[in-house]
Amino acid sequence: MTAITLPPRQRRRLRLPFSPWHLVLLPASILLIFPFFWMLITSLETQNESLQFPPVLVPHKLVPANYPNAFHAAPFSHFFVNSIVVAVVTVLANLVFCSLAGYAFARIRFLGRTPLFIVLMITLMVPFQVTMIPQFLIEKWLGVHVVAAVGINHLGALILPYAATAFGVFFLRQFFKTLPIEYEESARVEGASRFTVLWRIVLPLSLPALATLAALTFLESWNSFLWPLIVVDNQNEMTLPLGLQTFQNAHNTQWPLLMAANVMTLIPMLLVFFFAQRYFVRSVASTGLGGA
Amino acid sequence: MTAPPSLLRRADATGGPQGAGRGRRRGASEHVSGWLFASPATVIIVLFGAVPIIWSIVLSFEHVSLGAGGRFAGTANYRELAHDPVVRQAIGHTFIYTALFVPLTMIIGLFLAVAMNRKIRFITFYRTAAYVTMAISTINEALVFLWLFDPSYGLVNFVGHVFGLPPQPFLNSPSQALGVIVVMTVWGWTGFSVIIYLAALQGIPQSVLDASSMDGAGPWATFRRITVPLLSPASLFLAVWLTINALQLFDEVYVSTQGGPVGATTVIVYYIYQQGFQYFNAGYASAIALVLLLITLVVTAVQFRAGRRYVNYRS
Repeated sequence: MTAITLPPRQRRRLRLPFSPWHLVLLPASILLIFPFFWMLITSLETQNESLQFPPVLVPHKLVPANYPNAFHAAPFSHFFVNSIVVAVVTVLANLVFCSLAGYAFARIRFLGRTPLFIVLMITLMVPFQVTMIPQFLIEKWLGVHVVAAVGINHLGALILPYAATAFGVFFLRQFFKTLPIEYEESARVEGASRFTVLWRIVLPLSLPALATLAALTFLESWNSFLWPLIVVDNQNEMTLPLGLQTFQNAHNTQWPLLMAANVMTLIPMLLVFFFAQRYFVRSVASTGLGGA
Repeated sequence: MTAPPSLLRRADATGGPQGAGRGRRRGASEHVSGWLFASPATVIIVLFGAVPIIWSIVLSFEHVSLGAGGRFAGTANYRELAHDPVVRQAIGHTFIYTALFVPLTMIIGLFLAVAMNRKIRFITFYRTAAYVTMAISTINEALVFLWLFDPSYGLVNFVGHVFGLPPQPFLNSPSQALGVIVVMTVWGWTGFSVIIYLAALQGIPQSVLDASSMDGAGPWATFRRITVPLLSPASLFLAVWLTINALQLFDEVYVSTQGGPVGATTVIVYYIYQQGFQYFNAGYASAIALVLLLITLVVTAVQFRAGRRYVNYRS
């Protein structure tokens, strides 16, 4: 740092009563959120008004009944519950399994650690589309020969393959390695078990990383489409994206109904998003800043 | 270093020789606890990540349907895909899509992030408007754009109509369908791109920008010569991440066009899905999937090589 004091920066010559960036940001923001508005408007229109050209920009009569109609036209309550069960169980399983494994890879010197870690890292690089066919065959086999609950057309098939991810293990391992080791060592010297150290010392220091992993896992699980499409074709076991797509097939041009379903299925995620916006933003930013 | 009092107490209580034995046992128990901790995640990742990689390589050399066992087919699947016009088209569509989607998403993201990287009124509203696109699932996104771009009653044709343009067929047209999918996915990824660039912009120290303007550089020159190079690690990350995702495009295609019209939006993953789960050619689908893996690895490697030349990492 130099001790020279800088001259105050020159003021802009032309002075608008507001920042000129508003002229860019206001239209851009409106454009970005417009699809949400249009969804909402269409969802409150009558079927007749939706099929007019030029489109009806302001509905003459609001039809909130589109919502209950859409809700009862397909088992949306099942879709909601399934999505929540799958997402919550997947998040919890990842937090537990990835913490345990991440800690082992970060701190415990066990036989075969390095080769095992390399195997995990290789799976991280292979796209899902390469592994989805064998995954399907494995799930099918498990369902027939081991436990029906993880077989085809069961919610378990949506959870089990994602109950722990190489990304989660790697992500937490990297975070655990940044923690000062002294606390852990002195606890070990005092006779604390590995598990106690992880539970009492490491995890409480890792809450931001755990929250990030939880947010990313939740988002991924909630929006997952291709895997449910492959392993589930029974309506009662469908999650929201798949259920919504099936609903779309059945109600092809009933746009108000479709948009009502669209808005309904969006609301939980929007609520979570607004509630935890800072966490989501930080999570996503961290994937770009060395997290991944 | 002095030992904590509790340690001294414990050492007194257990005595010396026992302590030494404990150390040896701890060596063995390290392996046990290491494996105990690692195994739940490892079993799942190996079973659903590593085994399937090898299995799909095996499948790609077999004639095998999803239901029944297969028989060895040598390189027949690979020879077939080399001559399959749909594979060539699918790769072409995927490349066109990627070449449009990745730069557009990055440029729009950079532009908005620069505009939003200041403390002005309503900035929270502006940022939220961009971020919120991230919360929407691909299916929600595809549905609303399907409606916006509806050829008969869609709002986009109405806006065109106001400006005197004839109505467009959009997703019903082989030449426009892929473009509409580019538009909807760019919208869906804008929030992600903005977040990455905003985080990177906020990491640039103000002193660097001040130094540049004190040296007489205008805002544009500062942006070109200082900001953009300093953002290059974020740009490389975005380029790689968006490209990997673009090569795996599926959801929007499945919902909006089912690969049509006349195959105009059949991208690689859509074709893998068709072969694997509609025609049940598990072997052939696996071979195409491995080609996708190869393409992904090559493209990513090229990006990282280019990155080594153009990316500035600050120490």
